[in-house]
Amino acid sequence: MSQEERLARRRLALGLAVLSLLLGLAGLAAGGEGWAPRQMLALLQSPEGDLVIGQIRAPRTLGAWLTGALLGLAGAVAQGLFRNPLADPYLLGSASGSVLGVVLVLGAGALAGQGVSLATVDTISRFGLVGAAFMGALAGVGLTLVLARGTQGSTRLLLAGVVVGVLLGALSDLVTNLVPQALRGKQAFLLGSTGFLGWQACVFMATGLLIALPLAWRLARALDALSLGEESALSLGVALPRVRVALVGALALATGLAVSQAGLIAFVGLVSPHLVRRFAPASHGYTLLASAAAGGVLLLAADVLARTLTAPQELPVGVLTAVLGGGYLLWLLNRRRLA
Amino acid sequence: MRSAFAPWLTACLLAAALQVQAGTSVRDDRGATLVFERAPERIVSLLPSLTESVCALGACNRLVGTDRYSNHPASVQSLPKLGGLEDAQVERIVALRPDVVLVEPSARVIERLESLGLRVVVMEARNHGDVRRTLAVLAQLLGTPAEAQAAWQRIEADMAQALRMVPATARGLRVYVEIDTTPYAAGTGSFIGETLAALGLRNIVAPELGPFPRLNPEFVVRAQPDLILAARSGLADMTHRPGWGSLTALRQGRSCGFAPAQYELIVRPGPRMGVAAQLIAQCVAALPTTPATGLRGR
Repeated sequence: MSQEERLARRRLALGLAVLSLLLGLAGLAAGGEGWAPRQMLALLQSPEGDLVIGQIRAPRTLGAWLTGALLGLAGAVAQGLFRNPLADPYLLGSASGSVLGVVLVLGAGALAGQGVSLATVDTISRFGLVGAAFMGALAGVGLTLVLARGTQGSTRLLLAGVVVGVLLGALSDLVTNLVPQALRGKQAFLLGSTGFLGWQACVFMATGLLIALPLAWRLARALDALSLGEESALSLGVALPRVRVALVGALALATGLAVSQAGLIAFVGLVSPHLVRRFAPASHGYTLLASAAAGGVLLLAADVLARTLTAPQELPVGVLTAVLGGGYLLWLLNRRRLA
Repeated sequence: MRSAFAPWLTACLLAAALQVQAGTSVRDDRGATLVFERAPERIVSLLPSLTESVCALGACNRLVGTDRYSNHPASVQSLPKLGGLEDAQVERIVALRPDVVLVEPSARVIERLESLGLRVVVMEARNHGDVRRTLAVLAQLLGTPAEAQAAWQRIEADMAQALRMVPATARGLRVYVEIDTTPYAAGTGSFIGETLAALGLRNIVAPELGPFPRLNPEFVVRAQPDLILAARSGLADMTHRPGWGSLTALRQGRSCGFAPAQYELIVRPGPRMGVAAQLIAQCVAALPTTPATGLRGR
């Protein structure tokens, strides 16, 4: 590793840490009435401070960072695992699975009148929205693994993921067709939102990150080997099937947790690893960690912007991540072409 | 000893009973029973029909914020707009310190608001009975139970007035009400379907299809409704749909295309249902020709 590369990595790590801190503070200062750092100080001293800052802004800010971090990590894992820069966390059926879980819960009541038994409806609604989205995401990935007959080949896995995405997507469309009332909630889930994140969500996501991040990090060497091609990786002694299972597990856990708490937030998982590689090309160990941090920074920045740009109204955070992420990718493509 | 204790205990129990009576308890559509010590003075409504209901019950001045779609009566337009049901702005709602938040069954906002210590009453209206029940529950909540009956009577009076506006020749017309261009129709079980029935009109959609069924476009063409009700923009587009040009109702101009404000009123299950019925009746009364089929089945 050259001196220059080492410097670039350090610079990026420092930049992400500083940005996380600054945006964290901004997240505490950006409230329902928009950007108001002075009001925040006054709020802190008022009796409402604990409620508004402690129970609403703080968990929302931390939650947005954690959601972004989970997606960033999942994106880096997916791109490494499939050796494809277009891979994103939703690739293995977790997105369509979680959407199906959500519409089933939203439509549960009305489905009771349409041939679905009351006991089934009761079981479904007991999961709650978050639980159903999480279970749905895991079930989607599980189904992909079954269809791909395990993790033998990554092309097979990719194709199975696409098939599961289409199948489960069709199923959730069928449910919304029977129960149009579920459409509104489905739309909101597809758009993603950081507005309802509380401390409990933060605890879940932090736990998930603490499990998935070290797991992926331990397998970073295998990802490095894999980047030389599957055969080279095998000849280097990487136990590919086992590594794939573990990585798919980390990917499913991270994605499932993120989408169940905040919906299908667009682009963060896809763009974060690109961002990291652009500033500091490195081995997977570094890329995984930095992608998580970059994802956190991206989503938190989008969240703060969503709260302040049109205050006192709020923009959907998913729209902002798509605009920011898409804009960045376009710029990147353009730059490459010019170079 | 025991006899000396008894009066004291009785007094305690009585006091406790009075305490409970002083508050109000309401049961919402989730089946949750909420006990309020005092009638709520600060109310946030996250649904236009609930906003209108609160106002119809004479408590408009207790509203401190609404969702972005609440626009009637005019006085609520100046209240803070707190997003929609699915993207409600939790922090601004909490900052308004409402005694109660009124919502429709919805995904996440209920849970989040309750976890922050707010009281949430969930009401859902699909038919006339639901609207009446919602008015009763809200009036109970507001501490003005008598208002519910009065508000319902106003709806009924408006409905009766609307019925008188429908010409006898139009009774029994078979109607298609389009809710969405996909096309979704308003079925007989929906509040719109019930309004049509109250006006002596019939629905091309059978009751077993549910309140808001999604139809095959061919179904509408084959049903040949005598009258079509839709939003103005949707109606303008109908003749371009394959086969819909053959609809006699469209060719003879027996259709009502409602302007956005009117259409919004028609699809809102609230205290202005009677006014919505009058809008429909007005259109029916102004129809160019009333076909002979109108009397079919009578």
